[in-house]
Amino acid sequence: MARDLSVRIGSLELPNPLIAASGCFGYGLEYDEVVDLSALGGVCVKGLFMTEREGHPPPRIVETPAGMINAIGLQGIGVHRFVREKLPLLRERGARVFVNVCGTTVDEYVEVSKVLSQAAGVSALELNISCPNIKEGGIQFGCSLMGTSAVVSAVRKATHLPIIPKLTPNVTDVASFARAAEDAGADAVSLVNTFLAMAIDVETRRPTITNVLGGLSGPAIRPIAVRMVWECAQDVKIPIIGMGGITNARDTLEFLLAGATAVQIGTANFVDPFVWSKVLAGLEDYLERHGIDRLSDLIGAFDPTPPTAVHA
Amino acid sequence: MPPLDVDATVMANRRLSRDYNVLTLSAAEIGTRTRAGQFVMVRPTGMTETLLRRPFSVFEIVRDARGAPIAITILNKRAGRTTNRLYEAEPGDRIACLGPLGRPFTAVSAPSEAWMVAGGVGLAPFATLAEALAAAGTPTTLFYGARSGQELFHLDFFDRLGVTLVLATEDGSRGERGRVTQPLDRALASRAPGSTMIYACGPEPMLAAVAEVAGRHQQPCEVSVERTMGCGMGGCYSCVIRVRHGAEAARFVRSCISGPVFDGAEIVWD
Ligand SMILES: Cc1cc2nc3c(=O)[nH]c(=O)nc-3n(C[C@H](O)[C@H](O)[C@H](O)COP(=O)(O)O)c2cc1C
Repeated sequence: MARDLSVRIGSLELPNPLIAASGCFGYGLEYDEVVDLSALGGVCVKGLFMTEREGHPPPRIVETPAGMINAIGLQGIGVHRFVREKLPLLRERGARVFVNVCGTTVDEYVEVSKVLSQAAGVSALELNISCPNIKEGGIQFGCSLMGTSAVVSAVRKATHLPIIPKLTPNVTDVASFARAAEDAGADAVSLVNTFLAMAIDVETRRPTITNVLGGLSGPAIRPIAVRMVWECAQDVKIPIIGMGGITNARDTLEFLLAGATAVQIGTANFVDPFVWSKVLAGLEDYLERHGIDRLSDLIGAFDPTPPTAVHA
Repeated sequence: MPPLDVDATVMANRRLSRDYNVLTLSAAEIGTRTRAGQFVMVRPTGMTETLLRRPFSVFEIVRDARGAPIAITILNKRAGRTTNRLYEAEPGDRIACLGPLGRPFTAVSAPSEAWMVAGGVGLAPFATLAEALAAAGTPTTLFYGARSGQELFHLDFFDRLGVTLVLATEDGSRGERGRVTQPLDRALASRAPGSTMIYACGPEPMLAAVAEVAGRHQQPCEVSVERTMGCGMGGCYSCVIRVRHGAEAARFVRSCISGPVFDGAEIVWD
């Protein structure tokens, strides 16, 4: 029997919980030949400002144990070109489009959101208040409770679309930010964005990437991300989209059990662009083995009873 | 056509020197589709020290007696963790290969001549290009530079295809001492503008020098660049290079999908 993998984020019904993470899937169309975009729960496109941005000079990434540090610097084509050139094609393919909205000011978040709200084919706005790689905006808002509230409530007034602030893990108490977002009218929250990080080339004693600092992603961050999702799940009622180092069905289930309604996969898509169907098959297999009909029954089903001691 | 992800087996590992080796990989399907200049994203299966794949030009397409592809090879030079592992690989090891990816070279035909310029491991895309040019009957020359004569590989292969060889080594142990762009520059002096397509692959300073020489002699030039790459598919925006089309402002483009082969005149070198 086919199992039900669908999940709900507010008014959005997704056929499964897998969403391509922003910045890790281009504008989606790059993967058109290898992935059926309509078969994904959603496609979250690269962060967009009002205007084009050139990003940081390369090298922009460095590999670290079980992960990578990136400082792309939000290179992007700007919201207008996105709406003209990419959105119609994404729509044609039946993709559920999440747009990662960026801004250097509260007004810019509002303006970008307005443009996207007037365009046909956007499913939700993910507010990027957590990018560690740009000088102004972004993480400045995400690292202050007032900044988070300010961005979310301003965008709330400007759009009917679901809004999903994306939280940074570079704070002491991430759950308080989830609460601030919920109170300001967010429909869901997504977390985590990358951890601010640094790697030095000891031979040259110089930075490994031009920007010196960047964001750490990949399996290395997963246990911390799971912990943060779990903390938020206990504090807010709105759905949580969890991410950080997911590579397979097991990792996905860990986030769902911790309380995430859906997940995003970023870095693992670089390693294997065919990861999506493998994770879906793994989820089906899990439901089969555990005799569960609906994946959504597992959301938050983590059982904190201590593990049984195993004696050698 | 979509790229394929092949869980290839190492069929052979030929160590050419203390740093260079050629790995034969059972990825026949990728070989069938590869055009000269395209690349594969490679990752030793089960390797835990690194996560991301690494880009490699398809070096050779190995064929059976009837000409059907049975494998591809990659030319590897050890420099980091993945390349070390690829140098040490044993027959039977498994290596994931995603490809073919990227924009290939445009092979010219007579009366135009084809001049390939390779520096070190930059030889990699020229074996398949030389075959394509030989099949088209294009007169072809290879300008090939390396640190020493011991690091000039595969000369017989190019010789058999009828490619004229011009060699240069840094230590002067074989061919001209110094950079390969010196004999290139001299030879171009006697060529009519627009008569010679120049293809280059190697370290970026060499590519910049070749593009400058080609421009000065009014010859078309294609260069294959290698930037630190994350995904090979256009997903991550890591491998960008600054390019200027005509009168447009220069901008960063992704070398994995807009390249790795570019018009040498359009690149804005660092
Ligand atoms: C190369 C790269 C680019 C990214 N760009 C963005 C971006 O534009 N906007 C954003 O909100 N997050 C961006 N992220 C963060 C990811 O969406 C995700 O939150 C993070 O990588 C953790 O997930 P992962 O471990 O599965 O990659 C980027 C991550 C990487 C690796």
